[in-house]
Amino acid sequence: MTGEAAERFTAVVIGAGHAGLAASHFLSQRSIDHVVLERGEVANSWRRERWDSLRLLTPNWQSRLPGLRYEGPDPDGYMTVPEVTEFIERFAKVSRAPVRTGVNVTSVRPAGDGYQVTTDSGEIAARAVVIATGACNRPTVPPVGAAVPASVRQLTPFDYRGPAGLPDGGVLVVGASATGVQLAAELARSGRPVTLSVGEHTRLPRTYRGRDVLWWMDASGVWNQRYDELDDLTRARRLPSPQLVGTPERATLDLNALDSLGVGLAGRLAAVRDGRALFSGGLRNVFSLADLKLNRLLGTFDDWAAMAGRDAEVDAPERFAPTRVPDKARLQLDLGSGEIKSIVWATGFRPDYGWLDVPVVDAKGQLLHDGGVVDRPGLYALGLPVLRRRKSTFIYGIEDDAREVIDHLARHLTAVRR
Amino acid sequence: MTTVTNGVNVQALLEAREVLKGAPEAAQFTWRASSKWQTGVHSEIKVENFFGLGEEHSHLQESVFQADHPEVFAATDNGITPIEYLLVGLASCLSAGVASVAQNRGIQLRSVESIVEGEHDIRGILGADSDVRNGFNDIKVTFTIDADASREDIEALVAQSQKRSAVFDALTNPTNVTVEVA
Repeated sequence: MTGEAAERFTAVVIGAGHAGLAASHFLSQRSIDHVVLERGEVANSWRRERWDSLRLLTPNWQSRLPGLRYEGPDPDGYMTVPEVTEFIERFAKVSRAPVRTGVNVTSVRPAGDGYQVTTDSGEIAARAVVIATGACNRPTVPPVGAAVPASVRQLTPFDYRGPAGLPDGGVLVVGASATGVQLAAELARSGRPVTLSVGEHTRLPRTYRGRDVLWWMDASGVWNQRYDELDDLTRARRLPSPQLVGTPERATLDLNALDSLGVGLAGRLAAVRDGRALFSGGLRNVFSLADLKLNRLLGTFDDWAAMAGRDAEVDAPERFAPTRVPDKARLQLDLGSGEIKSIVWATGFRPDYGWLDVPVVDAKGQLLHDGGVVDRPGLYALGLPVLRRRKSTFIYGIEDDAREVIDHLARHLTAVRR
Repeated sequence: MTTVTNGVNVQALLEAREVLKGAPEAAQFTWRASSKWQTGVHSEIKVENFFGLGEEHSHLQESVFQADHPEVFAATDNGITPIEYLLVGLASCLSAGVASVAQNRGIQLRSVESIVEGEHDIRGILGADSDVRNGFNDIKVTFTIDADASREDIEALVAQSQKRSAVFDALTNPTNVTVEVA
């Protein structure tokens, strides 16, 4: 000990992405003294952990943070990564968030009536901690990755910047969420033969009845469905991100679009055995499941439009062609033949709570919380899938979540004081 | 909601799901069949005991199956062909799934029939062409369902039953198989 006493704050927010900054905004509004600790720079994962062509899935007019909205010339467009970074930076400035950058939190543990936060630049004591470190700290690679021959280059979305970073030749993209379909399309356009391994997925058109599909999600109330009103919350939280891409053309990027680009569709990657990738023969059913769910959702939109008297302002109801089933979906691929030079694992992400020395993480590595209220007094979370609403992980969804979570935090502080 | 009676105790299944979430070891089952070669390509297979929920169980009665090959295979046809047992398994598993999902979704079923067809190129098993696989090339299941539900809801039942089917999974995904001499 240097004799230097630990710093004290009422609250510590970990992470200066949109979620942590939104927490800070509402803490400031309530005059709760706090600090936002950021391992890198503001909007760090946007700067370092995204590929070059990525744009937000939400249209610009939906890019809203507490007290800040898009005011540019293209409300229907989608922000590029530099634009998102700049938007979040602007939010940090406008809300005067007390951010400390370049501070890595190495431990959070219970101490006294709050928590002891250890960082690589000192100790901080806090009565409340808000975890806003995000849901996508580490790419998930399934165990079958270990059996892939060494001649095949393996990448995760964190390693991927663009097609130029991959060897020439065939690519197997595993996973058909937003990440997988976007990378498969980009790689196919670069002239590489692409096979996409498809498990259960969420199909969405970019526009429906002339409006962005996320306008419908918002206006119809689907996005506002609360976590405590959903039939199967675990399932909702594990739902793959929708097959969407933000492009100036507002193009739909579903599996039919990929098929038209020449991407070969295969079933879920089930195993790699003797150097061969083996795919599930259940492809047709994952198509059916996704098509049925899509039509149910569009039905919900139509019902809402009719009931809310909005039919006149949108185009007529439409239905999309079922996902085309390949004549012969591949059941296996010889990874040693040279046909495939690289594999991109678009198989999801997981959070990293290695630094959290509080027993609030389940066997699968997920934080145990009830709408962002962690099962430990004074500990909170923001920015996780369906935290309090379906829209929780979208930038647009953070405001309501952050307000309610910080309300709870404030009540906790008052209750303890009594 | 009206009371739906498809004869599936969904409540018990949902309760089991909750209990087993916290007790993965109890969820480990071992299913067994014992086979005895008769003569030619005819075998008799008996199924009676299985292990699960931490202990041995017996079916209410032992089931005995004859497996043989048809006369066009120059065999005695004392029973169905082994590969046809896969169709039996698939049809019954999917039907059970349809009934369970329908019960859970409050859909009254009146009849559920299915035809299962497996396309099989027997040059594989005969060794006539090494490029032809031994097993099925394609399996097609066609359901005819009469129920108090829209066509879309019925299609959703069938899709969900595949999603939760043990036999569908066993047929569509690779499984490690070890065959030893005792």
